[in-house]
Amino acid sequence: MIMQQSGVLGEDGIHVDMNHLKHGEVNLGTSIMAINFKDGVILGADSRTTTGAYIANRVTDKLTQVHDTIWCCRSGSAADTQAVADIVQYHLGMYGIVNDEPPTTQTAAALFQELCYDNKDQLSAGIIIAGWDHRHGGQVYSIPLGGSLHKQAYAIGGSGSTYIYGYCDANWREGMTEAEGIKFVKGALQEAIKWDGSSGGVIRMVVLTAQGAIRHLYLPDRNYEGPGTEKP
Amino acid sequence: MNHDPVAWGRPRDDIYGSYNPSYLPPTRQPYSSHPPSHPTTHTQSPVVTGTSVLALKFSTGVVIAADNLASYGSLARFTDVKRLRPFNRNAIVGFGGDVSDMQYIDRLLLSLVVQENYAGGGESVTLMNARNLHTYLSKVLYKRRTDFNPLWNALLVGGLDEHQKPFLAYADLLGTTYSAPSLATGFGAHLAQPIMRKVVPDEAAAAKLSKEEAVKTIRECMKVLFYRDARSMNEYSLAVVDVRGVELKEDNKLEAESWAFADQIKGYGTQTV
Amino acid sequence: MTSIGTGYDLSNSVFSPDGRNFQVEYAVKAVENGGTAIGIRCKDGVVLALEKLVTSKLLKPNANKRIATVDRNIGVVNSGLLPDGRHFISRARDEASSWRSTYKAPIPISSLANRMGAYVQAYTLYSSVRPFGITAIVGGWDAETEVSVDGAVGSGPKIGSGGKTPGVKEGGPYLYMIEPSGLYWGYYGAATGKGRQAAKAELEKLKLDPKTHGEGVITLEEGVKEAARIIYVAHEDSKDKDFELEMTWVSAVSGPTKGRHEEVPKALREEAERLAKKALEGEDEEEEGKMEE
Repeated sequence: MIMQQSGVLGEDGIHVDMNHLKHGEVNLGTSIMAINFKDGVILGADSRTTTGAYIANRVTDKLTQVHDTIWCCRSGSAADTQAVADIVQYHLGMYGIVNDEPPTTQTAAALFQELCYDNKDQLSAGIIIAGWDHRHGGQVYSIPLGGSLHKQAYAIGGSGSTYIYGYCDANWREGMTEAEGIKFVKGALQEAIKWDGSSGGVIRMVVLTAQGAIRHLYLPDRNYEGPGTEKP
Repeated sequence: MNHDPVAWGRPRDDIYGSYNPSYLPPTRQPYSSHPPSHPTTHTQSPVVTGTSVLALKFSTGVVIAADNLASYGSLARFTDVKRLRPFNRNAIVGFGGDVSDMQYIDRLLLSLVVQENYAGGGESVTLMNARNLHTYLSKVLYKRRTDFNPLWNALLVGGLDEHQKPFLAYADLLGTTYSAPSLATGFGAHLAQPIMRKVVPDEAAAAKLSKEEAVKTIRECMKVLFYRDARSMNEYSLAVVDVRGVELKEDNKLEAESWAFADQIKGYGTQTV
Repeated sequence: MTSIGTGYDLSNSVFSPDGRNFQVEYAVKAVENGGTAIGIRCKDGVVLALEKLVTSKLLKPNANKRIATVDRNIGVVNSGLLPDGRHFISRARDEASSWRSTYKAPIPISSLANRMGAYVQAYTLYSSVRPFGITAIVGGWDAETEVSVDGAVGSGPKIGSGGKTPGVKEGGPYLYMIEPSGLYWGYYGAATGKGRQAAKAELEKLKLDPKTHGEGVITLEEGVKEAARIIYVAHEDSKDKDFELEMTWVSAVSGPTKGRHEEVPKALREEAERLAKKALEGEDEEEEGKMEE
């Protein structure tokens, strides 16, 4: 289809067909991360979605639930990562019903990896998977662009993450308490938001433990100190 | 100017008419009823990558090494990526190039091991040896390059052949293969291979080389690579494969690095203070 | 079998008026002629054993193995029509490998049993196929340790994952038996084939139920010896025929087979056979003794 139309000299000049590019695509130029801590995992993300330099959404939720206590952080194309997360959510839901036991974080990571690897030519998706299950406790997996799968103590991703490799490496400790973990994630994301033009807005977090999933919110106009788990 | 890269190098549509896409092979999209409009395209570049793999034959086996880094462009992104993968009892594969494709091949090898096991574990059953494995992998790689969908790797297969003799060979994303008493992929081919060739210029020299000498040479080469390869790190995996099986250690650190001579270096020419 | 010849036994897809599928019942008959196969779920593993009837002196001894491995950790033994058994095994291997390519992990024994049950059942629904002429015993070990995602790299926190629920026991030995109807249950001890009645009677005497016996449930090594003995007991009724004892086991990852399904080592098997023969002779002596009284 593109072949027939492309490069045709029309009466009003040259028509350039850039159809094959994903023009004006909504990108999650992002700062996302997930960490292991003493009782489980914490996911964190900024809330900025951009099309070029325009902020299409300033209160985006990039933390997506794919099963009760298995969540993911999405970066890259909003459309691609939503589609992938929706497919994985469907499969994990079916897994839980058919096999009469909840899926593990590993199952989720395997499904995400397969989709990202097999469709690498079509996708721009960088996903962090973090979850808690009875058997393994907390786990964090990272799937960068090519579709490889990496088990990590903590994972950072998105355009903003490049600014905080130093911060995270210097401040990371294993076996942190929940409060320490939240402080670590918040500190890192604040730096990412500060230096990355494509990251910004509020800081969202999800804490995954044996107690289930608990959301946190930290607002820039409250110096990222609250409201936490309270209603704003 | 037509900016669609697919149109580049083709006859001008305004003179010759548009290309008839019905000559293209059927589209890969399973449910598409449209005639194909583009040739199918695939991965054109790796993303998360591992650098060199080195290996050296010695009298009774093979030594192989690769560092534990997976780079993301110039970013040293993952520092705990083990790129040496044992296979059966007497073979090992060292991967360079794309990590996601390495993981794909790793799973492929796992399914092979499972299938091999179906014949049972008796003494009469012959398992795939390093030579068989290398032949298999080279054909997988060649098939994929022929489909214009290469597995973006350069790999070394080390171990024992059907006569329990040392075996070492190379295969890459193009399906290219070769064998030599010492081999290296990537930067290693430029920086480490000359050093290894001094130690084992030919098969005869390799047949006389001791395991200790071989390990020492490889460790020295890993150090040179760390000095001069900007996509390398100082933590690496090293394996020895011989009749006793695969002995793999994945947390080696470079020892006795040489940096102190930096104090002799002043300015960039005539300066002396 | 009063309904034989009434026409309702000719097709799979037709019920008899009293709600029976005769083709399935005939398939069960095929199973009842096969050599005895048993499975025992022990405390720390599963044993599978088979009375392999020697049909010709021209067959090489100890070759032509009948107990098959599926993936690495599952064994399948069956009784009935041998080619049907082969096909069953082939399908089980495909299911296991398909599970692996989707989930990058080994298939749980329960899920394999479920899928194979569904597969066998499908052969009872259509007039174009006949049911499986086998009853299969599927035994395996679900890893009690953490299993990493196939192909994944990296190892997570050095101190291990946080937030694990203390005392949660994962994995363990599992044993299922799938019949020609597609019916399957999980068992402590399972037997099928010609000598199943005798074998079941022996199995029922064993301490296999963890709820009643707790830590007293028999160990894998005891299971191997019992399995050999039970096959010998079950063979008593067809003593005129030669047979070979084929025996496999699968233990915990921390056990002798490292979580893999393997043939029982020759030395252990021979020891078990020696004890089995001795036990049988002992029974005979007892009986003789009684006669003297």
